[in-house]
Amino acid sequence: MTTEKQTSAIAGRPVPPAGRRRRPASPQRMRPLALLIWIGPSVLLIVGIVVYPLFETVRASFQDFALTGAVKGWAGFDNFEKVLTDPDLPRVLANTGIWVVAGVAVTTLLALPLAQLLNKDFWGGRILRIALIVPWAASIVMTAIGFRWILNYYYGVLNPFLMSLHIIQKPVDWLGDERTIGWVMIATAVFISLPFTAFAILSGLKGIPDDVNEAAQIDGATRWKTYRYITFPLLRGPLMVTVLLNSIWIFNSFPIIYVLNKSNPGYQNDTTITFMYKIAFLTDRDIGAGAAMAVLNVLIVGVCVALYVRRARLD
Amino acid sequence: MVTTRRLITSAVALALSVVLLSPYLVMLFTSLKPQDELTITPGTLLPTVWDFSNYVTMWTSAPIAQYMTNSLIVAVTSTVLVLLFAIPAAYASARFEFRGRRAYLFFVLVAQILAPIALIVGLYREFSALGLVDNLLALVIINTAFNLSFAIWLLRGFIASVPATLEEAAWMDGAGRGRTLLTIVVPVIRPGIVTAGIYAFIASWNEFIVGLTLISTDSKKPLQVGITQFIGRDQIEWQHLFATALISIVPVVILFLLVEKHLVGGLTEGSVK
Repeated sequence: MTTEKQTSAIAGRPVPPAGRRRRPASPQRMRPLALLIWIGPSVLLIVGIVVYPLFETVRASFQDFALTGAVKGWAGFDNFEKVLTDPDLPRVLANTGIWVVAGVAVTTLLALPLAQLLNKDFWGGRILRIALIVPWAASIVMTAIGFRWILNYYYGVLNPFLMSLHIIQKPVDWLGDERTIGWVMIATAVFISLPFTAFAILSGLKGIPDDVNEAAQIDGATRWKTYRYITFPLLRGPLMVTVLLNSIWIFNSFPIIYVLNKSNPGYQNDTTITFMYKIAFLTDRDIGAGAAMAVLNVLIVGVCVALYVRRARLD
Repeated sequence: MVTTRRLITSAVALALSVVLLSPYLVMLFTSLKPQDELTITPGTLLPTVWDFSNYVTMWTSAPIAQYMTNSLIVAVTSTVLVLLFAIPAAYASARFEFRGRRAYLFFVLVAQILAPIALIVGLYREFSALGLVDNLLALVIINTAFNLSFAIWLLRGFIASVPATLEEAAWMDGAGRGRTLLTIVVPVIRPGIVTAGIYAFIASWNEFIVGLTLISTDSKKPLQVGITQFIGRDQIEWQHLFATALISIVPVVILFLLVEKHLVGGLTEGSVK
């Protein structure tokens, strides 16, 4: 009796009339013990495998590690000092900024007309939908390996193809040349994130009733004006979401750079994510410094997401 | 006029389809080339001799079957666990009232933002301490945890879209919550369960970073990790590499096509709220 009264009071609802109170264990209201069975495993897993490693990363960022991975003691802010004074960091940060902004912008700009096309009914529409599913479903590693082969300086097909079209005069070392590899990796990221973005915008388009556009056209608006002033503003919701998700996804993206940049030494083409991974596990094998970079990464994403969500709410 | 326009639309769509499929077509053609055609400069698109035997020899050129078995064990186990944990959690959070329900849903949503790569150092430390490094069980647990949030959100949406009248009738008849879920709710939300299951399977199958970091013994490596070892070496058997890649991509694409329309809604709606 008492427990039921208490839960009702907490939920801020009026206590049910005496007659209903006697029904054995109303199915809608859960007791803590029952709750443990229903949502307990999910809470346990997320706390243990998602939340705890975050704490463990922060802790490791203040510890001093031996090359073997054993903890030698506390390090204060030494790990942060090490990564923040790394001469490669400015370059890595600039790479990350370009990588995220260009990747998200190009993906969005390509996905908008693509969604418009998918929303039409025509012969070949189904083929396009299937073709768009493939880069989405295929593993990023496999797709990146495919790109690595196509872009190969000696044996890849891109160079002979572009030369036959007279776009380039002599073969380009796409993955070995500092001036091209960044853009080639961004193009790969766009290729992989395009399908989800196009389908998400398409589902937004499907939510717009036909008569809205028809009304505008009856009023004499051109196709472009209808799109610009009627359709596009109505796509704001899906666009906000895809920009947010793509930004997080491209920021965190690891396999594209890992696969395409694998033969190049140094940190010239790394983002903060691959930089962090290399420090922790590949080049320095310094878990502490890697953890410090990981903490900075989470802070960067966290602050950006918070600012973005706040702005999106205010608008 | 109208027909010309439609014709142009179709042509544009077909051209785009070719562009989107081109990396995979190049992989397909390469997988059918004999070894000596792989090192022709400049590169060629089509094989001059179509060598289908690559799809037989690939199995012995590297422990592909072992990698695939590892990936399959991890993906299937983790998919079963995701569904086992997500269905009751989604049902409870969609239908029942309890203290902290909003907090729980927010917690699940935030967990979705954190990717394994962001936490990889902490994960590595945690699983070292647990003695689970170089153990497939670690991949099962981590994949399950990271795919759980999306499954809960997706299934919650499915359950919320079904009126509760049938369930209420079952309660009146004295059926408990568990029986109501199994006999009434599960059959109704089957498309949602299939979608969540396929998504979890594909995510596990394609997972790379955790496998790369936590597994060191070659015979325990999942396919995505096993296959990248060949990159950067002087002698890469690209034909075998791409035969393997295609064999691993095709089933996933087919699975994906089955549930594509439910996935987009789930991915975007889950994040709006």
